[in-house]
Amino acid sequence: MGNVPTTVKQYLDCGTLVGDFPWSSWLLEEKKGPDVRSFPDFVKIVEVGPRDGLQNEKEMVPTEVKIQLIDMLSQTGLSVIEATSFVSSKWVAQMADHTEVLKGINKLPHVRYPVLTPNLQGFQTAVEAGATDVAVFGSASETFSKRNINCSIEESMQRFERVISAAKQAGIPVRGYVSCALGCPFEGAVQPTQVTKVVKRLLELGCYEVSLGDTTGVGTAGSMAAMLHAVTAEVPVHTLAVHCHDTYGQALANILTALQMGVSVVDSSVAGLGGCPYAKGASGNVSTEDVVYMLQGMGIETGVDLSKVIEAGEFICRALNRPTNSKVARATKA
Amino acid sequence: MAAVLMRFVPSSLGPAAVQRSLSFSSSAAVRAISLSPTKPLPEKVKIVEVGPRDGLQNEKTLVPAEVKIRLIDMLSEAGLPVVEATSFVSPKWVPQMADQEEVMRGIHRKNGVNYPVLTPNLKGYRAAVNAGAKEVAIFGAASELFSKKNINCSVEESLQRFEEVMTAAKQDGIPVRGYVSCVLGCPYEGKVSAAKVAEVAKRLYSMGCYEISLGDTIGVGTPGGMIEMLEAVKKEVPVQALAVHCHDTYGQALANILVALQNGVSVVDSSVSGLGGCPYAQGASGNVATEDVVYMLHGLGIHTGVDLHKLMDAGSYICRSLNRRTSSKVAQAACKL
Repeated sequence: MGNVPTTVKQYLDCGTLVGDFPWSSWLLEEKKGPDVRSFPDFVKIVEVGPRDGLQNEKEMVPTEVKIQLIDMLSQTGLSVIEATSFVSSKWVAQMADHTEVLKGINKLPHVRYPVLTPNLQGFQTAVEAGATDVAVFGSASETFSKRNINCSIEESMQRFERVISAAKQAGIPVRGYVSCALGCPFEGAVQPTQVTKVVKRLLELGCYEVSLGDTTGVGTAGSMAAMLHAVTAEVPVHTLAVHCHDTYGQALANILTALQMGVSVVDSSVAGLGGCPYAKGASGNVSTEDVVYMLQGMGIETGVDLSKVIEAGEFICRALNRPTNSKVARATKA
Repeated sequence: MAAVLMRFVPSSLGPAAVQRSLSFSSSAAVRAISLSPTKPLPEKVKIVEVGPRDGLQNEKTLVPAEVKIRLIDMLSEAGLPVVEATSFVSPKWVPQMADQEEVMRGIHRKNGVNYPVLTPNLKGYRAAVNAGAKEVAIFGAASELFSKKNINCSVEESLQRFEEVMTAAKQDGIPVRGYVSCVLGCPYEGKVSAAKVAEVAKRLYSMGCYEISLGDTIGVGTPGGMIEMLEAVKKEVPVQALAVHCHDTYGQALANILVALQNGVSVVDSSVSGLGGCPYAQGASGNVATEDVVYMLHGLGIHTGVDLHKLMDAGSYICRSLNRRTSSKVAQAACKL
């Protein structure tokens, strides 16, 4: 191999390296074509339309419609579809039919149907209704936690501990969510160290995955990178997902940044269902169609059939009597 | 024999990121590069505001000259360094731009702000200079079919027309900006080769255009295609002379702009309120909204010189005049509908 030093000085320009050791160019050579090595080969999409989406729509949707939506989504190739939420109907009227929905859907063997379970009571009801996957919802902001679920972050963790403990006994996997990961409607900026703390806690408690939510969509590629930089210094990136809201149009750019930093699980909502409760008239969830279009275009596998997602989106928008929030759906049907 | 291979790591990356890039085996070295965090971004980005031209040209509602003038003046006040004012095409083809002379003469030209106008041929160029234009733009295509359908001639013929404009502009000391449309896809041809884009960009640059704006005319592009296209073009045109003009028809614009910035581009075209639908997909959106671009750039710590609030005011003004809702999500979120 010739006179090859065993160490190379730090910050050696690879041009110099190749100049001095021409054989090294084949090692450094970029693959032909686009720089898709910067991105994962496969991205798992977690479809939250039936829960996060419908929960934030003003129009109430009958149970049959919810069931049909979930059944249509099951046919698209999506492997995770968040079906409903076992919260008190006093707080979230749109999810009052949770048991009926979970019992009514046609559960395909290769698809998971997680449901939200904010406390032990909700968990038990969910299990009785046939739930095999659950999710708990924490926050990186104290004020948001108090306003949203009426308790501090620490108190919420104690509640989740009980849920996760029961779930472990029942062999039911638990997904964690951290809201306000890139900003809080009440506190403003949220420190990445704070997000890291909550993520670690959820993973230590036993969550298999934690979804980082930009709840009000204020995040940008800059704040996403900074937050992930902090979180991935302490937890393995494969345990993380991003849940970006498109309220300021930043979602796809934020998701792209997350992918570049090793994240390979993305939450999205068919037709971009679910407005933002904190900015009237503004949009909320990022559309599954737009996310899939981007990933497909980049050669990233998702297993999802875009045209079938568009169909499911059209169905639910007709039922809700509202236009789609998905630009891909709009452009395709134009 | 193991060798530590390391890529040159930009100084903007922290020590942790540098550590991740170090590796002790060849295949791991290549993999480690791919996992490195966001590449260094430009410190400054020049925004070329195309709302008054590309935007209004593609709006169904016609607006009177006074409204256009007021819009351009508000955009100048918002800190935009370049505001594309109008187009010297025949009003037979583009009635929205029929008041081109009145607009050019009516605007308040802010010091330090450029007001380029489109000039598809020598006749348009002369009329533009007559009306006081100090910068012009010419519009080529990377797709033959698009060129024929859009301006009724082949790409080569269009470049010859532009040579005439270039010659005259050189004589008059007037800078010329070049546009290449369909860089990531064509509504007629479908896929467009990166090599063809590079060829047209090179021609325009060699002719004397100081900047080449690469347009994703129907917004079909995604980040992978953008990177591939830019890599081809950068071989022929220095990246400092490149701009991206992304349409948001499929919601991909900001992601595409982000990868362009990561690949050295520092000039971005956008349209206030996302004015200008897509003429190839009725009801679909077109230009990316300047407000949304500025929001992203500022969030990345990139300097634009733009005052987002004043920009949103300009956006509300034109939307009221057009009696339409803004296409900017930032404006919607701020309740400036």
